[in-house]
Amino acid sequence: MYRTGVEKWEKAFIGLCLFAVLVPLAMLFVLLADVVMDGAGRLTWSFLTSLPSRKAELAGIKPALVGSIYLIGLTGAFAVPVGIGAAIYLEEYGGDNWLTRLIEVNIANLAGVPSIIYGLLGLEIFVRFANFGQSLMSGALTLALLILPIIIVASREALATVPNGLREGCYALGSTKWQAIRQVVVPMALPGMLTGSILAISRAIGETAPLIAIGALTYVTFLPDGPMSPFTALPIQIFNWVSRPQPEFVINAAAGIMVLMAILLMFNALAIYLRQKYQRRS
Amino acid sequence: MPLRQSPIDNPQFSVSGLKAWYGKTLVLKGIEMQIPTGGVTAIIGPSGCGKSTFIRCLNRMHEIVPGARVEGSIVLEGQDINHPNVDPARLRRKVGMVFQKPNPFPTMTIRENVLAGLRLTKTSSKSNDAQIVERALRQAALWDEVKDELNKLGSGLSGGQQQRLCIARALAVDPDVILMDEPCSALDPIATARIEDLIHSLRENYTIVIVTHNMQQAARVSDRTAFFLMGELIEFNDTDSIFTKPTKQQTDEYITGKFG
Repeated sequence: MYRTGVEKWEKAFIGLCLFAVLVPLAMLFVLLADVVMDGAGRLTWSFLTSLPSRKAELAGIKPALVGSIYLIGLTGAFAVPVGIGAAIYLEEYGGDNWLTRLIEVNIANLAGVPSIIYGLLGLEIFVRFANFGQSLMSGALTLALLILPIIIVASREALATVPNGLREGCYALGSTKWQAIRQVVVPMALPGMLTGSILAISRAIGETAPLIAIGALTYVTFLPDGPMSPFTALPIQIFNWVSRPQPEFVINAAAGIMVLMAILLMFNALAIYLRQKYQRRS
Repeated sequence: MPLRQSPIDNPQFSVSGLKAWYGKTLVLKGIEMQIPTGGVTAIIGPSGCGKSTFIRCLNRMHEIVPGARVEGSIVLEGQDINHPNVDPARLRRKVGMVFQKPNPFPTMTIRENVLAGLRLTKTSSKSNDAQIVERALRQAALWDEVKDELNKLGSGLSGGQQQRLCIARALAVDPDVILMDEPCSALDPIATARIEDLIHSLRENYTIVIVTHNMQQAARVSDRTAFFLMGELIEFNDTDSIFTKPTKQQTDEYITGKFG
């Protein structure tokens, strides 16, 4: 009947948890505020539409922005269909034997491999062996390998949440396994698959190390004219600017970071929107 | 000693020596049973007696479960449905099924749900879709409730309506037989009564086999009742006879509530 004093500890624990949430959020906010204070004045239309220059105040990020957009489009085009296909195979057809278990363990491990390792792999396979050179193609294929495990894991989770009763409902109507998967299972899992894919792609947007490993350029004064064209990307341009000694270029880097962050937040917002939109119907 | 039934004219299913396993567990221990064409056959018995497994063998849904296996023969229209040349997907269009938990397809509208069987198997002709939808929903006693909202999602209906939608979906592919696996166990008494009325109206045109754990329901809706116990068919007779003068002691004990 009487209070025992346990609530006091409960309150202290809640306070501790709140603190643990607020500290990283505050750090992130300080970082963002610092970047915005440095770069906001530099972020003009001409910054987005100019080529790099030796003069900091004339330099823009057009080739990096266009390069990043091409890179992401190609990466998604390679990684999403392969990743979703692999997930459908593993979840719906693979069954439960030593081979599928081996593949599962490997995919889970691949998701944790450092991205520079993928860069070295891409350098060896795509740049040298396949002879794609230091092109958009090599970069996109390397990034696709990097995010493939993430897409597979997310898509499998989405497929696993589709109730088995719906598959049985399809079979009872005389559908084959493929018809059930294509018309009922995948449409239900699609929002989850898309969300996972978008988040994986947004990770690829910010990747720098693998692109440096395959030899993406750091000073580009032209736009890529096709998949085999040399290229640069936003994180590389930013990396290039911050490594310059002149302080004006650091301001350019801050403005570049703002552009990159805006793109990332847009992708994440799209993922959240898709999840909200389709969650209601199930 | 399996129950022997004297041969009947024109059975819908002739089941003989039917054994079914889940992994190494033998769930059906040699069923001999002839299910007549038309009318309602109820299957009763305590949990775990193999009654659901039995009807899942009748449209080969049993084999979908990993590790599941059957032996013995089930003859439908002169053909053993377990023969390697029989396509289970085509069999299931003749022998439809309604499940315990209503399972309308959540991404589809009411109209699309009714047509799902035809769309899934690409046998829909588009031109008479509207007729098929109306006929199936009328047969399932759902038309008046949903005719103005055919383009709304099926998952927005009440549980009882969802189950009738699933029955309409099964009827739309024009089966000969409808298997029902405890179709009312997730529903309230009013929704249950509507499904029972519906079963009564369908018995004229279809062979219905219904599994139920509810003896009153079996007594209300069925023409014949089979009593299963521990993977064996104990007794199969007219529903009246089973409930008023069972010949086996186990049947008598079960229907009088001594166990189960």
